[in-house]
Amino acid sequence: MQLAVWTYEGPPHVGAMRVATAMEKLHYVLHAPQGDTYADLLFTMIERRGKRPPVTYTTFEARDLGKDTAQIFQDAAREAVTRFDPQAIIVGASCTAELIQDDPAGLAEAMGLPVPAIPLELPSYQRKENWGAAETFYQIVRTLADKSLVREPREGRPARANILGPTALGFRHRDDLVEIRKILDALGVEVNLVAPLGATPQDITRIGAADFNIVLYPEIADEAARWLERTFAQPAVRTVPIGVGATRSFIADVAELAGADPTPALGDTSSRMPWWSRSVDSTYLTGKRVFIFGDATHAVAAARIAREELGFEVCGLGCYNREFAREIRKAAAECGVEPLITDDHLAVEDAIAAACPELVLGTQMERHIAKRLGLPCAVISAPVHVQDFPARHSPQMGFEGANVIFDTWVHPLVMGLEEHLLTMFREDFEFADEHGPSHLAAHSPRATARPVMEPEVAAAPAMTAADAAASDMPSPAGDETHPAAQDATLAWSDEAQRELKKIPFFVRGKARRNTEAYAAAEGLARIELETLYDAKAHYAR
Amino acid sequence: MSEAILLDGCSAPASAASAEVSARDARPVLRERGQREVFCGLTGIIWLHRKMQDAFFLVVGSRTCAHLLQSAAGVMIFAEPRFATAIMEERDLAGMVDAQDELDRVVNRLLERRPDIKTLFLVGSCPSEVIKLDLAKAAQRLGAVHMPRVRILNYSGSGIETTFTQGEDACLAALVPVMPALPAGAPKELLIVGSLPDIVEDQFLRLFAQMGIDKVGCLPARNARDLPAVGPNTRYLLAQPFLGETAMALEGRGAQRLDALFPFGAEGTTSWLRAAASEFGVDDALFESVIGPGRERARLALAKLRTQLEGKRISFLPDSQLEIPLARFLQDELGMEMVEIGTPYLHRAHLARELERFGPQVRLSEGQHVERQLDRVREDRPDITVCGLGLANPLEMEGLTTKWAIELVFSPIHGFEQAADLAELFARPLRRRDMLEV
Repeated sequence: MQLAVWTYEGPPHVGAMRVATAMEKLHYVLHAPQGDTYADLLFTMIERRGKRPPVTYTTFEARDLGKDTAQIFQDAAREAVTRFDPQAIIVGASCTAELIQDDPAGLAEAMGLPVPAIPLELPSYQRKENWGAAETFYQIVRTLADKSLVREPREGRPARANILGPTALGFRHRDDLVEIRKILDALGVEVNLVAPLGATPQDITRIGAADFNIVLYPEIADEAARWLERTFAQPAVRTVPIGVGATRSFIADVAELAGADPTPALGDTSSRMPWWSRSVDSTYLTGKRVFIFGDATHAVAAARIAREELGFEVCGLGCYNREFAREIRKAAAECGVEPLITDDHLAVEDAIAAACPELVLGTQMERHIAKRLGLPCAVISAPVHVQDFPARHSPQMGFEGANVIFDTWVHPLVMGLEEHLLTMFREDFEFADEHGPSHLAAHSPRATARPVMEPEVAAAPAMTAADAAASDMPSPAGDETHPAAQDATLAWSDEAQRELKKIPFFVRGKARRNTEAYAAAEGLARIELETLYDAKAHYAR
Repeated sequence: MSEAILLDGCSAPASAASAEVSARDARPVLRERGQREVFCGLTGIIWLHRKMQDAFFLVVGSRTCAHLLQSAAGVMIFAEPRFATAIMEERDLAGMVDAQDELDRVVNRLLERRPDIKTLFLVGSCPSEVIKLDLAKAAQRLGAVHMPRVRILNYSGSGIETTFTQGEDACLAALVPVMPALPAGAPKELLIVGSLPDIVEDQFLRLFAQMGIDKVGCLPARNARDLPAVGPNTRYLLAQPFLGETAMALEGRGAQRLDALFPFGAEGTTSWLRAAASEFGVDDALFESVIGPGRERARLALAKLRTQLEGKRISFLPDSQLEIPLARFLQDELGMEMVEIGTPYLHRAHLARELERFGPQVRLSEGQHVERQLDRVREDRPDITVCGLGLANPLEMEGLTTKWAIELVFSPIHGFEQAADLAELFARPLRRRDMLEV
């Protein structure tokens, strides 16, 4: 048993729902107890869909167990097919139905339904949401793809591509797709099929007609793309076009497979991010320490942008989906940091506190961790709340995506000129340390924000997952910017302490940590004013 | 499942479904079975843990259970909440480890790390019920180890057994056996049963005190270790309509229920308070003088909202069992017209006085076949439909105004001072519909 308060991913059948909801004319018959319909509201509320997800739940109850749950399943399946008239259905079990062993696959097969019934085996006690989505999409493609389809010769027609991976409840999938279509248009590449988002089962049958595949979100599409590679000899573009550099590589890769000229796509004038990043107000971004956590794809892409396009220093990198741990390890090695692969949010909180970043890039969860630690933060990956399914166009991919990312990440930081003023006039009451960035209510007057949080936080020493390193958990109610600083056993002289307070709050945690590390390394028992400046010199870049 | 349900699922008119209407009850109720779009009882934890501040709720379940709590709790999940899930894994199911040993390990670790916990509820889920993990035995075993510091209890909040607010019923019923005994010769005491927001609870306690009823206990108490006593001289008032099991457990200990309307609106609250006043011999003049001002305030505030709601047609989809008393309030005090009142479960005895209020044209339904019920909503086209968050936006997209039901469970809505707030919850979506020009 694993003790959990918060999970980064839902169970695998929620992944299957994401695929089903993304598609048209496909219905999911889910053998599940009463109550599992809660997952509907992820789609109707968080993603604000105006339609119910195409899922029929059997909603069996205790009194049904042991006699007619199989019958209930068959009735539900028959009724769903009659009512919704889908081109195909997918059938499977949720975690509880998995235990009662009704075998939805066999039951559906025995019914002789007028449409294909695609069985799903989603082991709920081993796997999670992303895996469930990938497996579902793969099974749909494998079952429905017309294997006898012979691709037309390339001569005299534009290249065709499938765009694979966008789903319901995907972080910015809707807008990423717009950007990718723009790029393909500029390259003269035709879109054979986008799937799962917007595709019907009938559309899927002609998936083999494309010349190649574009794997937009490997977490969801890679499994299917590998099968298509084997079955239809379709090569795949696996570069994820998040960031200017990655977008350029993506254009080059697509152009090569399409036999097209990349110049028109590369010459896109909507790309403002490189100039924004070079403009002098961005100079202060140099070497900002950033901690990155999310799904592997977004985390790896963010690390590249952070280092190569914004001049940040990556001080932590991790992901919650083990399936893509290899990519994270590789990227972490390039950044010279230890990879963090965990789905335990308390381990992430520890790592962030220990790394003392100046900016956190993560999921909804990291947003809350950062809030608690008083750190600026931007969201780069699912899971996300309703505000990250915005009304406005807000892609992550392509050149417009890079523009969005620049604004999103820089916004929570103090702007260059403002940082300068804060440092210069920090003795003035208008620029007191407690004032965060003037444009962000969430970070400014921290003195008033604290008391609201403290009773909750202080009353309860953090509870952790079974395997978390319990003893060295920092208390969440930090007195300063960084709770990790509390662990210090080193004594600070009054003078040094006063000097430390003069350092702006957003770098004070780092200064404290560096000074203490320096003092420990030097074997000093007490930190004097000089120690502070010795350490500053020691760590000078 | 009957043929009727299978055959005309698409657009069964109410008359065709009347075949299912039970003849044995005084009042016809449409009973349906099919897909139910409801929460499971685990959701009760979200408000129960706020009420009982010394309690911790440990769900023994799957990742789905953890995901549900997270989805239902929204941002609350981040404030070191007093609930968590022990997620069962492959090895727990394959018998590679003894599930009871695993549970001991998790509980011991939890209690070590959270010394503030005084009561721990082991909450059963669908997976734990299906594999028949004996949580009662576990609670007993662990309780023996951790008493007196921590009392360990158990109940089931599984979807296969409980719907939404029934989770509270199961939890409170688990508390009844550990309530201290009120001896047979003791003076009569009043017990308010059902969790209420503190502000509402305090209002009621003040009113009872002014009437001279000063021995008033609350179940749940704000501290789960500080439970009121119960015995043959306990008279209890249900503050919530979903407490069938708890009432039975209290009756088992000799307590007697005071029959009343549920305390929604000026009238419901008056009836509820009067039931206690009569039982405790409060004289009429005193009763009137105590409740008069509150009742007048409620009537005054409701009069303003009545202009917005009068004549509006409303349907309830099943959710919390609050539907019937709320419908009575909206009909009698605000002049709304009931089209269909759906409830997940109908407790006829507890709701008898509420049910009398509805004319024969009001369609009552128990249970759910969500597709058919939605067909009825589309056909009826009520001015407002009360439903869950999984259905609300899709119905709005079809041009039907909705009020999402879960808010009725989380907001203070009982008593005189909240009567207008309650009405406002229904008036607001209608006003908004008229306001928006895009």
